[in-house]
Amino acid sequence: MDFFLQQTVNAVSLGGTYALLALGLAVVFSIMGLINFAHGELMTIAGYVLMYCGLAGLPFVLSIGLAIGAATVAAVLMERIAFRPVRNASGATLLITSFAVSMVLQVLFQNLISVRSQPVLLPPLLSDSVRMFGFVIGVNKLLSIAATVVMLIFLDWFMKRQKTGIAMRAAAEDFAVARLMGIRANSVIAGAFALSGLLAGVAAVLWVSQRASVDPLMGFTPVLKAFIAAILGGLGSLRGAVAGGFLLGFIEIYLAAYLPPEWQEFRDPIGLVLVVIVLLMRPNGLIPAPALKAHKV
Amino acid sequence: MTPLLKTSGLMVRYGPVEAVRGIDFEIGEGEIVAFLGANGAGKSSTLNALVGLVPVQSGTVEFLGRDITHDPAETLAPAGLTLVPEGRRVFNTLSVAENLRMGAYGIRDKAAVAEAWDRVYDLFPILAERRGQFAGTLSGGQQQMLAIGRAMMSGPKLLLLDEPSLGLAPLIVEQVFELLVRLRGAGVTLGVVEQNVARSLQIADRGYVLSGGRIVGQGSAAELATSEALSGAYLDG
Repeated sequence: MDFFLQQTVNAVSLGGTYALLALGLAVVFSIMGLINFAHGELMTIAGYVLMYCGLAGLPFVLSIGLAIGAATVAAVLMERIAFRPVRNASGATLLITSFAVSMVLQVLFQNLISVRSQPVLLPPLLSDSVRMFGFVIGVNKLLSIAATVVMLIFLDWFMKRQKTGIAMRAAAEDFAVARLMGIRANSVIAGAFALSGLLAGVAAVLWVSQRASVDPLMGFTPVLKAFIAAILGGLGSLRGAVAGGFLLGFIEIYLAAYLPPEWQEFRDPIGLVLVVIVLLMRPNGLIPAPALKAHKV
Repeated sequence: MTPLLKTSGLMVRYGPVEAVRGIDFEIGEGEIVAFLGANGAGKSSTLNALVGLVPVQSGTVEFLGRDITHDPAETLAPAGLTLVPEGRRVFNTLSVAENLRMGAYGIRDKAAVAEAWDRVYDLFPILAERRGQFAGTLSGGQQQMLAIGRAMMSGPKLLLLDEPSLGLAPLIVEQVFELLVRLRGAGVTLGVVEQNVARSLQIADRGYVLSGGRIVGQGSAAELATSEALSGAYLDG
């Protein structure tokens, strides 16, 4: 039982990180139909900022703020420089553009920083663990769950109470009519990217705090997982992204915990088979987006 | 009297298809102007071009004496010109109140927005009652009320409506037409594209008949009701 609870904490922690990343992908996709594969590089940027701040001896709390801020600014710049010029192009063009952005950034990291994985200095507190309810939990897992909960509450408040958030939902549903209301395409798209950068930044801090290292390809795997989670939840649906993120986290952790050792090397394919089974039963995802948009910008 | 809105040589083209082939018309302050014609005559394209949702190929649009031909759609609602699009197109996943809030999105003047809330809830008590409900769960007639209410939130001087009675039950259609008369009474100028020719000529002051992207007839509502241009426009398609 203790083992199960412990694994559940791990699953919530990992699933929460996937959920934040999948949300970032979903916010952008719901508004401009772009699957941003360069989302992972936003994580990597935040990771390197954490690394450099650690080397400079900044307090960790300040480093976290700078890392998240850097990912947010990078996301806005990415939209301004790379995606705005092709905004009205087909989905395929947008997708290829995002691959290009991703690769350009990876090559820059490799050449300007290092090809190898770099250590990130973390406060020792993060690797401590506490005894709660009779079992041991890592502080980093607890903080990660807390950060996820805070971000989900913040996002819910933002999308429901803030004028800009409501405008994003409106634009995701019918961009042409949103413009008729005076909602500016540029600002709502830039806002969506800023939000996705914020989410990627928080996810990066959580990711790095479990691993204490950063490398040029760091963002690739988690964002691929987040993409799977977003599809699993229903592409473009924000609630779906959260549900898909947590479900994928649970699948991965429980498989790692309960598959017999001789099956462990097939863990990832088995996990994906489970994802495919869910999609066969619910082809539009767990919580599908309300409408596949007919109207773009 | 200077017209509120005036076009000259307005052309709209979708790729090789010329939807509107150079039309001149004007809408005077306080008028209800009807745009009539068969499907594909270019009525909706005209309205969409006025509000910047489709680009104007050539010609000019003047609103309040200012050239707005190439102004982006999002600048027009704050300037006093908006459209209730065909098929209502309320935001289904937003609540009634959120839809209305979006209608006033571009309006900076807080007092004006507060007034607009009162005016819209006054015009449509049903919307006040259902303010927390998702717009997608409203009936067709209520959605049309919401679409009009949402447009009214920006305090428009000129309200364009594209087929406001389409797909509604006869009783609701009647309510929509009565509402248009009330809106005009409240000082809003209206430009209406309608399938329901007889009923729209009863409330309109003037009208234009479109066919094949051109204006083939115009005049007062009474003149148009008996004109050959009108019956011809529907017969020729």
